[in-house]
Amino acid sequence: MELTDERLIEMYRRMLRIRHFDEAVEKLAGRGLVPGAAHLTIGQEAEVVGACMAVRADDYMVGNHRSHGHPIGKGADLKRLMAELMGKSTGVNRGKGGSMHLADFSVGSLGESSIVGSGIPVATGAALAAQLSGDGRVSLCFFGDGASNEGAFHEALNLAAIWRLPAVYVCENNQYAVTTPAREAVSVAHVADRAAAYGMPGATVDGQDPVAVFEAVGAAVGRARAGEGPSLVEAETYRFHEHALGLRIPASYRSEEELGSWLERDPVPSFARRLIERGVLDRERAERVEQEVRAEVEQAVEFAEQSAFPDPAEAFEGLYSPRVPAAVPAARAAHEHEGAHHA
Amino acid sequence: MREISYLKGVYEAQRAEMLRDDRVFLMGEDIEAGVFGSSAGLAEEFGRARVRNVPLSENGFLGAAAGAALAGMRPIVDMTIASFLYVGMDQLVSIIAKATYMYGGQARVPLVVRAAMFYGGSNAAQHSDRPHPMFMGVPGLKIIAPSDAYDAKGLLTTAIRDDDPVMCFEDATLWARKAPVPEEEYAIPLGRAAVKREGSDATVVAVAGCVPHALRAADALAGEGVSIEVVDPRSLVPLDTAAILESVAKTGRLVVADPAHRTCSAASEISATVAEEGFGDLRAPIVRVATPDVQIPFSPGLEQRLYPTGERIADAVRSTLGAVAAR
Repeated sequence: MELTDERLIEMYRRMLRIRHFDEAVEKLAGRGLVPGAAHLTIGQEAEVVGACMAVRADDYMVGNHRSHGHPIGKGADLKRLMAELMGKSTGVNRGKGGSMHLADFSVGSLGESSIVGSGIPVATGAALAAQLSGDGRVSLCFFGDGASNEGAFHEALNLAAIWRLPAVYVCENNQYAVTTPAREAVSVAHVADRAAAYGMPGATVDGQDPVAVFEAVGAAVGRARAGEGPSLVEAETYRFHEHALGLRIPASYRSEEELGSWLERDPVPSFARRLIERGVLDRERAERVEQEVRAEVEQAVEFAEQSAFPDPAEAFEGLYSPRVPAAVPAARAAHEHEGAHHA
Repeated sequence: MREISYLKGVYEAQRAEMLRDDRVFLMGEDIEAGVFGSSAGLAEEFGRARVRNVPLSENGFLGAAAGAALAGMRPIVDMTIASFLYVGMDQLVSIIAKATYMYGGQARVPLVVRAAMFYGGSNAAQHSDRPHPMFMGVPGLKIIAPSDAYDAKGLLTTAIRDDDPVMCFEDATLWARKAPVPEEEYAIPLGRAAVKREGSDATVVAVAGCVPHALRAADALAGEGVSIEVVDPRSLVPLDTAAILESVAKTGRLVVADPAHRTCSAASEISATVAEEGFGDLRAPIVRVATPDVQIPFSPGLEQRLYPTGERIADAVRSTLGAVAAR
């Protein structure tokens, strides 16, 4: 896929969407309107969007606990995502998933999993489905530096390698698994070095540069699509906020100096400057994009705030797929106590 | 009608569904070789893409099966020994059981997980588990536990066609037992118990390998003039509580036999349900016949006496009849 000027502007727009979306989440959470733990993508927009724009809309994607940005990067509608974060019935998961488990099948997002590393085998399986059905799809898998220490990572990469699956593993190395630094917890200098153990290419790129990520992931997608098997791309990035909203970790595990150096390289304004310098974007258009994105996020918040909470009875619905099981004959069903097993 | 083994029933269900639906495929360790026989010859017939050997990585390949199911395929995963399920527990509990609900109905997980309860053969503590009750406590999983070749073929057929994850606990003590099975395909609905023998004095609800023991107990007690009804739930989730309550309403007495460890067994759940919903029909306390809460030892003399037998079930029935006499 070629990065035309319009695609570059779209790249910027999606990064901005994630930034404004999560800033709105932060505000809503401050007002007590986002229940549970919310993990913001802020700081990591470049790697998310760079990778998502290197795949097609119908390619599969699997995220993790820090995943507000992934469906947005893949082009999801903001309204239903925001409604989900607020636990509303119009939410993309109908209020059953929340911040850590967003899924939007309409953009290929097969769901996020908050058990660190557990999405990696799932993405691998989606790649297996693509290979078996021959539909030419690719599976894009996002996980962090912490997840690369999980057995699931190693088992899944081994499977993908031996079966030459069309999978692209993107490690979002934001340097910390909650407070534990990757430099202390990962046995190699770069997570991408682990690719060698599975006989697949591994590359480490600047995760704050969306074009660098796009190019590395794009090369991996090309390989996958050509039947040449999986790749691992490590994007070095940083989360600007605490691990989760509302969390106040007493120990200072990140120095002011370190945080400051990453904030200076904030990917969103620096990409805007770069597009302006290159003449892709002028100030007027940049402002217009910003206004459009702000309006989109405001509409999403309004939609979410105005949406109803699910009826409490909905807790008992949807445990199984909607096809009515032929299991219990009507005469017996009448005797069955009300329970999700027969829902 | 011809007779085939339990394992052959499993084989026939898999083969018929693979012929019927291109999306159905098998995954498992050593599945091409078909170590225990349930997939023998299928790799030659359907090719290695649809009969896939997997490396030893239970969590990895269960997760891959889940991902393939989310993307529209219909995998059957043969875990072989049931204790290997624990290695893949994260995927089973956090992904496979939860995806449909947690993703708000966008996901379907048409996945069958087969696991053999491989007890009674001196394979000791780590290879002899009967862990079906553990998974009954995980909403979202359907669980079948066939007790003969006919049910194995019919229930597994339904499981493969089902759009939800179904765990099939195969009782390996029954693998070689033969029963009359039609050659053509048929599907037994989940959540419907079978009365394996009609009777009037007491109900024995028997799970998996306990069913033949219960039938033996019924034969023995018939000689004493006692008439036993044997109910096989066949699927534990959904559980046909109506059929169990109906039988208890008729007999007034209940013994529940389950090869699992006693605490929080399927027998416990069935007993609790009848105590809650059928108390008025009971004329004696419910008795559970299960495996005591100890590990499974290696030496045959230590192991064999731990599991439910026809004699233990018959004694339990006698005790419920005695409880009436004592009133």
